[in-house]
Amino acid sequence: MTVTKAEALDWLRKMSLIRRFEERAEEAYGQGKIGGFLHLYIGEEAIAVGAMAALRPDDDVLTHYRDHGYVLARGIDPKRVMAELYGKATGLSKGKGGSMHMADAKHHLWGGYAIVGGHIPLATGMALANQYLDLPRIVACFFGEGATNIGTFYAGLNMAAVWKLPLVAIVENNRYGMGTAFERVSAVSAVYQKACVFNIPAVQIDGNDVLAVRDAVRDMAERSRAGGGPQLIEAMTYRFRGHSMGDPQRYRSKEEVEAAKARDPILLWRRSILENRLATEAELQAIADEADAEADAAVRFAEESPAPGPAELCRDVLIPEQESDVPEDLS
Amino acid sequence: MSQKTYRDALREALREEMIRDERVLILGEEVGVWGGTYAITRSMFTEFGSKRILDTPIAEAAIVGTAVGAAMGGLRPVAELMTINFSLVAMDQIVNNAAKIHYMFGGQIRVPLVIRTPAGWGQLAATHSQTFEAWFAHLPGLIVAMPGTPYDAKGMLKSAIRSDNPVMFIEHARLYGIKGEVPDGEYTLPLGVSDVKRPGRDITIVAYSRMLHVALGAAEALAKDGIECEVIDLRTLRPLDMAPVYASVKKTHRALVLEEDWTTCGMGAEIAARISHDRFDDLDGPVERMGQVEVPMPYARNLEALMFPDERQVTEKVREMLS
Ligand SMILES: Cc1ncc(C[n+]2csc(CCOP(=O)(O)OP(=O)(O)O)c2C)c(N)n1
Repeated sequence: MTVTKAEALDWLRKMSLIRRFEERAEEAYGQGKIGGFLHLYIGEEAIAVGAMAALRPDDDVLTHYRDHGYVLARGIDPKRVMAELYGKATGLSKGKGGSMHMADAKHHLWGGYAIVGGHIPLATGMALANQYLDLPRIVACFFGEGATNIGTFYAGLNMAAVWKLPLVAIVENNRYGMGTAFERVSAVSAVYQKACVFNIPAVQIDGNDVLAVRDAVRDMAERSRAGGGPQLIEAMTYRFRGHSMGDPQRYRSKEEVEAAKARDPILLWRRSILENRLATEAELQAIADEADAEADAAVRFAEESPAPGPAELCRDVLIPEQESDVPEDLS
Repeated sequence: MSQKTYRDALREALREEMIRDERVLILGEEVGVWGGTYAITRSMFTEFGSKRILDTPIAEAAIVGTAVGAAMGGLRPVAELMTINFSLVAMDQIVNNAAKIHYMFGGQIRVPLVIRTPAGWGQLAATHSQTFEAWFAHLPGLIVAMPGTPYDAKGMLKSAIRSDNPVMFIEHARLYGIKGEVPDGEYTLPLGVSDVKRPGRDITIVAYSRMLHVALGAAEALAKDGIECEVIDLRTLRPLDMAPVYASVKKTHRALVLEEDWTTCGMGAEIAARISHDRFDDLDGPVERMGQVEVPMPYARNLEALMFPDERQVTEKVREMLS
């Protein structure tokens, strides 16, 4: 294998943290402590973790609303992520975004977006800024396969291709948009084939294999960084939970879900680590325990954090004009 | 001071700001090689080149979305939408991205963006003759500017480009050719400040964009009969500066709002509600409003001419309100 022990364990740690974090969020939702929509990332962890391992810390990231995994994979404090789910003042977006709108601009995480496909042109624009300012950064834009039938997918990627912008589009194909199997609503159901309309390179990979994701994102990112223009990766995966909370899942059978769980990305990676003798069972158990503890601490922090004060309600709508046009450091 | 057209005033603002700040760039359909559908960016492609003047595909959602992303990434884009009719294709980007990103992520991200676009009409029929300013003025998180004179257009566009907020800058195709005083030197005008365009004591007429000129024409005609209208130009529709309107109503006790859009749920309704609520005791009668007939725009010239209140109708309305 082409990974070091430290990398292998770091990826397992992050995937386990995401899994445990999501399970705790699910519990809190059941207790009425988290409201609104809650789209869990369980089953898809290898994509966020593999991709973040390949990206540089200052590469720009935009995501869809199923976004807890990306933020945790980038190493953002899970406490602030859970606090956002709880709608607390200590949350990443001060409790004003919630589950679907996680951002940490300091870490070049430019937000989760909840209008399907709506953030793809934003990624084009950020890539345009990077090219214009001659920065070595690329933009990684994540979205579901369901976003590849809406206009902004075509309009955004076409523009990026015309201007040869440094952009990697990572499509998480978990086979269903809510309850609709993709092939029922998409004339072309292999998403990577859609890249031909932009004349850009594209690959289809196993999104449950964290190493395959890391390698593909690394290759595509470097190609794009070197001036190769936008690239597209279709990562095949499966979501183990419902679309959001309260999904009766009539559109798929229990057998199908159970069969998919045989390819649980965490199990696969754990097995691979053991087969390659990168760590012992005891070391892996320690990682799982650590993830438990971190998720628990995140919940405690969220529970104990204050709600945003009423003064927060009307803050950050418009920036006072006298604070505008401050010369910025463009580097 | 010299006389300049609204169109040239806008171009001067764009040129000056592009020279002043390298982060400013223009993107839109036909803004480069063609020189702008309404010639606002004429010869700027030659001057600034293809890095800073970007011809885009016909894809309004991507034009606005890309501009929002570029703003998030540290640039100060000016996106041109060929006409405001096509803003509908970009509505999700304007409503859900441009106007919300700053708030939704707890103030972490700024979107210093200008969307320039003309309203207008001229036998262009139902889909190409619209205004929609009230739709945008409805949105918290957006600044909506709608200047009526060359002087205001230049000074306000410069401020819009320097603003860290997203600004919807609505021009008017029928104003591009009008001339007015524009100083030769550098100046900016603040956004969110209404302006008294003509002082008077008998009635307050509130207007903006092209209807400002209808208001001024009517005021001129009425002055011959000794009726003095005070004409207030809103200039910015969000945030609304009501102070000059209130000061005027205190004197005149009567107000008429002119808009080019359909009046239902429009700017006139908003202004009337605010005056009625905040200055009820100053009023001698209900706030009146005049706007477009509530039908889609017809093509035929004679029918189109019936769509908007003209100077004569406004003078009649004023006389009626004063009688
Ligand atoms: C434009 C738009 N239409 C509909 C919705 C409602 N909706 C939210 S998620 C979703 C399914 C999206 O599926 P996909 O893009 O494959 O992502 P996944 O949820 O599977 O991760 C739909 C229809 C929306 N948010 N935006």
